[in-house]
Amino acid sequence: MASRKTDHDVVVVGGGNAALCAAMTAAESGMKVLILESAPQSYRGGNSRHTRNFRCMHDGPLSVLVESYDEDEYFADLIKVTDGRTDEDLARMVIRRSEECLPWMEAHGVRFQPSLSGTLSLARTNAFFMGGGKALVNAYYRTAAALGVDVLYDAPVRHIQLDRRKVASVRYDHDGVSHTVQPRAVIVASGGFQADIDWLADAWGPAARNFLIRGTPYNRGTVLRNLLDQGAQSVGDPTQCHAVAIDGRAPKFDGGIVTRLDCVPFSVVVNKNGDRFYDEGEDVWPKRYAIWGRLVAAQPDQIGYAIVDSRAIPLFMPSVFPPVRANTLEELAQKMELPVDGVMKTISRFNAACGDTSAFHPTELDGVRTQGIEPAKTNWARPISEPPFYGYTLRTGVTFTYLGLKVDENAQCRTEDGLIENLWAAGETMAGSILGQGYLAGYGMTIGTVFGRIAGQEAANYVR
Amino acid sequence: MYADPVEEARRQAQICNSCRYCEGYCAVFPSMHINRFLADGDLAQLANLCHNCQNCYDACQYTAPHEFALNLPGVLAEVRQDSWEQTSFPAAMGTAFHRHGTLIGLVSVLAMALLFWAARSLPGDGEGFYAVIGHNAMIAIFLPAFLFPLLALFIGISRYWELVGAQAIRLSDITAAFGSAATMRNLAGGHGDGCNYEDGDRFSHKRRYLHQLVMYGFLLCFAATASGTILHYVFDLPAPYGLFSIPKALGIPGGLMLCVGTLGLMWIKAEGRPNLQDPRVRGGEFGFILLLFVVSLTGLLLYALRDSAALELLLALHLGSVLAFFLLTPYSKMAHGFYRLAALVRDAQRRRSSR
Repeated sequence: MASRKTDHDVVVVGGGNAALCAAMTAAESGMKVLILESAPQSYRGGNSRHTRNFRCMHDGPLSVLVESYDEDEYFADLIKVTDGRTDEDLARMVIRRSEECLPWMEAHGVRFQPSLSGTLSLARTNAFFMGGGKALVNAYYRTAAALGVDVLYDAPVRHIQLDRRKVASVRYDHDGVSHTVQPRAVIVASGGFQADIDWLADAWGPAARNFLIRGTPYNRGTVLRNLLDQGAQSVGDPTQCHAVAIDGRAPKFDGGIVTRLDCVPFSVVVNKNGDRFYDEGEDVWPKRYAIWGRLVAAQPDQIGYAIVDSRAIPLFMPSVFPPVRANTLEELAQKMELPVDGVMKTISRFNAACGDTSAFHPTELDGVRTQGIEPAKTNWARPISEPPFYGYTLRTGVTFTYLGLKVDENAQCRTEDGLIENLWAAGETMAGSILGQGYLAGYGMTIGTVFGRIAGQEAANYVR
Repeated sequence: MYADPVEEARRQAQICNSCRYCEGYCAVFPSMHINRFLADGDLAQLANLCHNCQNCYDACQYTAPHEFALNLPGVLAEVRQDSWEQTSFPAAMGTAFHRHGTLIGLVSVLAMALLFWAARSLPGDGEGFYAVIGHNAMIAIFLPAFLFPLLALFIGISRYWELVGAQAIRLSDITAAFGSAATMRNLAGGHGDGCNYEDGDRFSHKRRYLHQLVMYGFLLCFAATASGTILHYVFDLPAPYGLFSIPKALGIPGGLMLCVGTLGLMWIKAEGRPNLQDPRVRGGEFGFILLLFVVSLTGLLLYALRDSAALELLLALHLGSVLAFFLLTPYSKMAHGFYRLAALVRDAQRRRSSR
């Protein structure tokens, strides 16, 4: 085991958006920076590889963003999804600083594009990365390299030695050897713990073993747990994760955006016993997909089955996996390995409960509802009657966990006794300091960018 | 290499269609995102719209080792190649020359030998190189060698047009397609930084500019020949032409551009990632670029050494390489220009009808 003082002033743990923003900022302040990325180069970037946009306050058109989006409206949008469980001061600071981030991102190589087809509702609020999050990550790695930042891939950090209120050393593995370095400042930006299924099952219960992880398999929370065990203060509900309903055939890890499935509002959804369990038409899908992650998690074997007829197919974005297709409902139930009698009974009762469907309107709450069944379907309730029939499975897909390191407005970590002198955190690993529950599209990248830059600057100021 | 490129492209496009992150890079993605199901003709059209800039590959979170194993530039290169071979006339010729650079070399050598024989055996009938090979002999050789490839290309593009289910063409479709080709907009990367080709995920305009050197160089050379034909027949001014003449004013810069451009394209192609191109035709592609380089180099040498003893040999080499180039146009990488234009016209129609 090699132990040495490092040439590097600042060690950044993690290799995603927040880590890179921190590393570039510190390097631009003259620091010699080392990034320790646990993933191999092909999977570098953590969950940032799967992101697609950045929610940005702006006064008037800015780059690809149209019109204006002010602080109060942004904050109101946030409060709606978090149900008030938000640190207002930090949230507002992130919002205010988002505007200056966009030109900074462009100057560091990120390119934006107009909102994607099918996402027109975000054209005012969210700036989309051209090529998506991996293109952003690539651009940042290029810029970081040009700034002299050193990067080690396949370099998982095993231990950060906290001596009272100061980081003494960082231990990581690389090329089969354990190394210990003693940088002057450390920035942790290594995400949540959702890829550690055992931890997830401890926190949520055994059902979590059937969850799918939407992002990187490398966010295992090793450093987070290591620091919490040494007395770093935590924030966020340790039992909670942000989970959505996704296509049940998605891979266990890293399925990303293409596994999302928007068919529920136009479906009848049953569990493995063939029974319905919730109002599929309660609201438009962007407002319900997170609830469905929990609903499916509560069903036997944590699986749901969405059944639509041919009329519904053009009404939602295609999933990456073609649906199971059959000319009769019996055949569909068989193909999906569901109890045929149970499914037939559920659908015939549902169909009989559908009334006048002439007001059916796929993009509005149309009030076309069932009568006399429990649970009711309160919008888009049209009989499942026009063959061919199609089926999708639904599973719970975990996006991120809320438990994280508590930080102040300078991104600095603390123990019960006060601030840790030379430790900062940025990105998902501290996002619980701001978001208590729920999620607002594109806000994670905003937190990562704003706090990454703050952490990089603060670390540089400390070293100087 | 994929066992069934069309099926594989359909699988990959379905993943792209559920993601759409690459929408801003080029014309391929907006066109792909219209249809949930892509017919074989749709995939051929997407493949011919794809300029192989590779930006989507480096941006993609689903490339290998991810189990989705996306490689859209690679699979579209194979679909594109198959679409040319499938529509070429006669089809067997397409397959043979695209895939075998050595065959291109063989045709070139045979053509050069034919011209050398002509130089030695047939009487001259004028000044300069017409003293070596008579004008009438040249016409007898080159007129059919020019007209037959044109006919074959016409048949090929007509078959392509049927395959992609295109509509009646409007003038605006054509101007849009030529505008795109003139600036190589699809190699600008959507953001104007260029493409990822010769140096991993780093963007550059090298390929775009080198391609334009070749394209405009070729067009200048072609215009030089055409102007010579007009001077000969309309104004009764046969070759040779002096330095300050229209054919030379067009031909010398054109030849230089072609020379530099082809060398550059071979260089960045060698630097590029073979798995993002069609491995079956790599040899044929290098062979074709090399032939184009020989055409331009021998053309320039012919002019520079026109008064030396090398004239006869250089004339045979130059005219032989030009002859091989013409004959192989429908069956070599040269065909891509015509298919690409057809695809851009088709895309202009698509954009017109979606407005």
